[in-house]
Amino acid sequence: MSEIILKTENLGISFGGLKAVQDVNIEIRKKQLYGLVGPNGAGKTTVFNILTGVYRPTTGRFYLCGEDITGKSQETINHKGIARTFQNIRLFNNMTVIRNVLVGLHNQPEFKCSMVESVFRLPRHFSCEKRMRARAKEILRIVGLEEERNLLSCNLPYGKQRKLEIARALATNPKILLLDEPAAGMNPNETEDLMNIITRIRDEFDMTVLLIEHDMKFVSGLCDEVTVLNFGIVLTKGDTKTALNDPEVIKAYIGG
Amino acid sequence: MKQISKIKWHHYINYIVIAILTVVFAFMSFGGMLDSSTLYMLEKMAIAVMLAVSLSVVVGFLGELSLGHAGFMCVGAYLGGKISCLLEPFFDNGMVTLLISIIIGGIAAAACGIIIGLPALRLKGDYLAIVTLAFGEIVRSLFMNSSSESFGGSLGLNTPRYDKNSLFIIALLLVLVCLAVLQNIIRSKHGRAITSIRDNEIASRATGINVTKYKLAVFSISAFFAGIAGVLYSFSNYTVQSTKFSYNYSIEILVMVVLGGMGSINGSIIAATLITYLDITLQTKLTGNLAVLQDLLYSLILIVLVIYNNAPALKGFREKYNLKNTLNGIFKRRNDPARHTDDEAKWDRVPTKIKVDEVLSVEIKTTQSTVDPDRKEKE
Amino acid sequence: MEIIETLINGLSVGSTYAMIALGYTMVYGIAKMLNFAHGDIIMVGGYMIYLTMVATGNALLGLLAAIVFCVVLGISIEKIAYRPLRGASPLAVLITAIGVSYLLQSVAQMIFGTAPKMVNIANLGNLQMGSLKVPYYTVVTLGCSFVLMVGLTVFVKYTKTGRAMIAVSEDRGAAQLMGIHVNRIIMITFAIGSALAAFAGFFMLMKSPSLSNTLGAMPGIKAFTAAVIGGIGSIPGAMTGGLLIGVVEAISFKIPIIAPYTDAIEFLILIIILLVRPSGILGKVRREKV
Repeated sequence: MSEIILKTENLGISFGGLKAVQDVNIEIRKKQLYGLVGPNGAGKTTVFNILTGVYRPTTGRFYLCGEDITGKSQETINHKGIARTFQNIRLFNNMTVIRNVLVGLHNQPEFKCSMVESVFRLPRHFSCEKRMRARAKEILRIVGLEEERNLLSCNLPYGKQRKLEIARALATNPKILLLDEPAAGMNPNETEDLMNIITRIRDEFDMTVLLIEHDMKFVSGLCDEVTVLNFGIVLTKGDTKTALNDPEVIKAYIGG
Repeated sequence: MKQISKIKWHHYINYIVIAILTVVFAFMSFGGMLDSSTLYMLEKMAIAVMLAVSLSVVVGFLGELSLGHAGFMCVGAYLGGKISCLLEPFFDNGMVTLLISIIIGGIAAAACGIIIGLPALRLKGDYLAIVTLAFGEIVRSLFMNSSSESFGGSLGLNTPRYDKNSLFIIALLLVLVCLAVLQNIIRSKHGRAITSIRDNEIASRATGINVTKYKLAVFSISAFFAGIAGVLYSFSNYTVQSTKFSYNYSIEILVMVVLGGMGSINGSIIAATLITYLDITLQTKLTGNLAVLQDLLYSLILIVLVIYNNAPALKGFREKYNLKNTLNGIFKRRNDPARHTDDEAKWDRVPTKIKVDEVLSVEIKTTQSTVDPDRKEKE
Repeated sequence: MEIIETLINGLSVGSTYAMIALGYTMVYGIAKMLNFAHGDIIMVGGYMIYLTMVATGNALLGLLAAIVFCVVLGISIEKIAYRPLRGASPLAVLITAIGVSYLLQSVAQMIFGTAPKMVNIANLGNLQMGSLKVPYYTVVTLGCSFVLMVGLTVFVKYTKTGRAMIAVSEDRGAAQLMGIHVNRIIMITFAIGSALAAFAGFFMLMKSPSLSNTLGAMPGIKAFTAAVIGGIGSIPGAMTGGLLIGVVEAISFKIPIIAPYTDAIEFLILIIILLVRPSGILGKVRREKV
């Protein structure tokens, strides 16, 4: 078995008495594609928000590669190695596609260049910019947006905006990638394309991915393990096929 | 040879224009061809440009509305003026006094910038605007009520004279420094981080941008140059009056930034120059009862321009008849408006669209948010 | 006794601020814009009172004229300057409002000159109750504004138009889809705000008779501060904030050492309150959904 990347222990959060998420225990191993599914309002995005530091959990802790990062700020968690995309796309709309990715590369140690160096235009500034640009192009190539790199990101079609979000998250060089409904609003061809991209990212970067998705074909085609949430509680978890065929899960989705 | 041709001239156009103007005016001034009113105008223009450009970084690039820019200028003007009064007896050379007071005035204003940047971490939009306005008024009130020995109180602080023939050269050189610093920051990875905060703060945090650091940095750098502009003001006027730095002046600076086009440094420079020119010429042309005409014209122009530039209903009209398209038509230039080359000099040409909801929403620090029920206000 | 007198005085000043603050807060809540020119409507109302007083000598008639004129002015400003910008960036609207504010001030200066006009509304004398002595105008101001505020609250809560206002402030788009005439609601909001501004102008002149073209500028800013302290967009918030600012001002004026710093203290309170509660005392916390 490969090493555990992300581990949560009894993770839970309540908003003014309402228990939005309770006792989530997940273990994600390296290079795993892990799914988080459940009906609307089950608390999936809330779990993402906890894991990325937007919310502070009321109970439980979570560990990245064994290090406890509960309650750290969003920036720190990102620096430690968790990157995410958003359910409602949040790109830097007034920037070109490549600049979106360049912002993602901002904190990489190999592109370190202080503000003073930039003000005085020291050589490091130029070399840094050049290398960042090359790297950004490479990332855009992987998600298939190299052609569009000079378009304003708000002018991209929906599916490509989602890919750009993945590219930006990828640029922060994470240990684990959190994708919030990456296939939402995509047509079947685009979905298939996205599945290929995610697998490729996993293979090329040795990436671990945790994803939320409603498209069951997408989940069963991609994930090897899932956790099913309903009303903030873990309904079942384990091997994708068994978990998704669990009568409890079907009941939760269809509403029996 | 290839190296030279790679220099992109339009990156440096504003430096070149200002530098050439400085040299030309410097020669004219030493040749005795400039009268005192022109010199005064040049000083005032340099000060206005510095204020507008430094505010434009906060408003246009960081996307925070600040109405306290005159407050930073006030700090610079009073502290710089006071320091120069104290130093004057010790240095024969006015230049040394000027430089020391500029540095100290700038640093003091930058410190205030950090103080005002702290609420900026928790507040957004109009809330931040009112806090910055309040800050400016507090600073002004402190100086206004100071004792007459310290900062002159309500009578104002008298500052030493500096050679009129060369003060504007120093002012213009400082404008170049200001431009170089701000533009180099904006055209670097740090500038990208700053604009990413403007475009989407939540995504910016999630992408690992240290929002706190950049907000404080932008506020303090912007305040630094406003402070320097204040010191120059105190040297240009011989006396510093607190009434000058009321929120009305902050608003005037903001108007320069907005008329110049948000997020465009060159636009701010042009608008600041034009407005100062109009201000001073009209002041001398319209005297007595006609003086009020200036304010009237000014406000009418402001209203008409802003409505013309922003009204959604006039969008089609604007696109049909605008200067850029006409020029493109004449010179047969064709460019796809959707395509932006990622040229550093053009980063600031991308129009800023701040959405209503983003400005109006109050960002409470989301990390510590277990919502207590009574916050869900019922009205 | 002096403490009580100071408090009553503070509440009276505060209720004037509250009335101006209501104008800010309602316009902000419903049109989502900061009406910078609101303070100058007070000034215009003041000049209307002055003109009517010169013509007829009746102060109440002056108030009536001021209300009518301010309402018409408020509606026309909204229609000419702000409505074309609906949907444009809020900063553009703010700058236009600033332009309107300058415009009103310079027009007033052009017509009436810079020298302040004296408007002696009425010398009501003092109310003497035991050792307690308060000027009558404070009592009148307090009473009137109390009635106005209760009336406004009832209007917003229990009438169809009032509920439509709440709906528009919650979600303009949805309100429009529900058949609410958004433009008309915004117009009514401006009308109410301007009428309250006329009242505020009347009370301010009752307190000190000097009238100039900057009459409304500083009270406008302070009332806006009050609205923000109370939580902008919230009607009870504007009242609370206004009264708070008024009381602080009255107390601060009484203490000689800090009296010159009164403005600074009020603004400092604003900053502190916003740092502790970023959306004001009674304001709604809008959280961006992640």
